[in-house]
Amino acid sequence: MERRVAVIGVGWSGFAPQTADVSYKELMFEAATRAYDDAGVDPRRDVDSFITCAEDYWEGFSIFDEFVPDQLGAVLKPTCTVSGDGLHGLVNAVMQIESGLFDVVVVEAHSKASDILTYEGLLKFAMDPIFTRPLGWHPYALAGLEMARYLYDTGNTEEHCAMVVEKNRRNALANSLASYAADLTADDVMDSRPLFEPLKELDVAGLADGCVVMVLAAEEVAEKLADKPVWVLGMGWANETISPELRDWCRPVYAEIAADMAYAMAGIKNPAKEIDLLEVDDRFSYKELQHVEALGVCDYGEASRLLEDGVFDRDGDLPVNPSGGSLGVGNLLEASGLFRAMEVVLQLRGEAGRRQVQDVEVGVAQSWRGLPTASGAVVIFGSEKEVKKP
Amino acid sequence: MSVKVKEYRGTYYSRKDLEEGRVMAFKDRPEARYAWATGVAMGRFLAELKQGRIVGRKCRVCGRVLVPPRMFCEMCFRPTDEWVYVSDTGTVLTYSVSYLGPAAERLKEPIIIAVIQLDGASPGIGILHKLGEVKPEEVKVGMRVKAVWKPPEEREGAITDILYFRPVEEG
Ligand SMILES: [Zn+2]
Repeated sequence: MERRVAVIGVGWSGFAPQTADVSYKELMFEAATRAYDDAGVDPRRDVDSFITCAEDYWEGFSIFDEFVPDQLGAVLKPTCTVSGDGLHGLVNAVMQIESGLFDVVVVEAHSKASDILTYEGLLKFAMDPIFTRPLGWHPYALAGLEMARYLYDTGNTEEHCAMVVEKNRRNALANSLASYAADLTADDVMDSRPLFEPLKELDVAGLADGCVVMVLAAEEVAEKLADKPVWVLGMGWANETISPELRDWCRPVYAEIAADMAYAMAGIKNPAKEIDLLEVDDRFSYKELQHVEALGVCDYGEASRLLEDGVFDRDGDLPVNPSGGSLGVGNLLEASGLFRAMEVVLQLRGEAGRRQVQDVEVGVAQSWRGLPTASGAVVIFGSEKEVKKP
Repeated sequence: MSVKVKEYRGTYYSRKDLEEGRVMAFKDRPEARYAWATGVAMGRFLAELKQGRIVGRKCRVCGRVLVPPRMFCEMCFRPTDEWVYVSDTGTVLTYSVSYLGPAAERLKEPIIIAVIQLDGASPGIGILHKLGEVKPEEVKVGMRVKAVWKPPEEREGAITDILYFRPVEEG
């Protein structure tokens, strides 16, 4: 990258299935206050620009970005919304700094899912009004369709998906932010009620509220302010078609393209060897296996074997979702990607507490924008400015 | 540059054609309902309205009293410090005589909407409400007004617990 950019502060609030005691503004103010304290910046003096990631329908407000400056310290400053996942917002923050326009940029994303009374109604409204909505099925059935073809093509099994749930919800036991930590087994998942075959009740992440705020800075500022700046080494993003009719039901091509772009930027040739830690979208259990494969860690159909061998465990060779993922922490809607990025940052700073992964220098956060989309982003973070050659 | 087009190509249709099903159309409406958590500041504000009181929050750094209240000061970016009751009397900062209703329907009697700086709130901070018991031509910027409340038993903890503001004579 032309101008190096680092994350110099992270903050969070909420991370609970219900946050009825605070408004979304108060939720954001708390996360922002933590992030600015962590970064050692005063938003009124030191931050040049603010990006919030929100979807009007999740919020129940038109033009939601107009509702965010006050609680972020962004009044009278450049502020905009990225209508997408938090990682998309982070990518935009990096570009604002790389362009030379700004030195310090803040990115925010949150979920106030508990304010939504008609979650299914909103998902349905994201589907095609002529071809899909009149069919009258639950939007999550799309995940059932994708899971079925993915398992059919790859030979990965429902049992492997159940193992992902076991791993992530147990990982979440070491994460005080997690709403869905549980000591359950793959058998419990297999025994849970069918939803949209082969998808079962415990294959699906539950909703949670939470806010994540991140402070990013140009190299010279980052080195002055941060003891442990975490460098953005590469990033990529891509959209497939929104039409399920035209989509690949096995491969998340959006994640392949995003990863290729990010690897090229970071100079990563052999992801399995050069990456120490992965946080990938697992809002449905099979998505974790699918995303790990799309990220080139192994071929399609091989993630199941690596999972069985414990490679993806927290103490394995390539830990995947040591945070507990969305299955363990909760589905944070548009904050899902930024939450993963925060986990990678904490891990690379050595500040992940009981869930700290040993010897990590390069970590990857991957996001998917959720049903019914086929889009997402990948960001590669490093505790050093370059990926060390193996 | 312009071209005077007398007739456009294509098929003309009228509202009647739509209503009578001669044009293929799909109808759908979003199921989008929410129950926003009021949080600390808005929750207290609404609870106080139900009691016939208006409360704000004061920031000790810039000294402003914010009405409606909020738990943070957007200018200083810090938590606000204390609850402050403000008066239900105030001054009209700006107003508009509104001849259209919320659905753009023409109203028989116009309503007068206004921004009112309550006594005790900081200069320039005004709540949005309506004026009543006054003719449109009598309203002026700077006019003194007072809240007309719903009877206590009808209040529900909403901004509409104040029916409107009416002019007051002050000597
Ligand atoms: Zn202040």
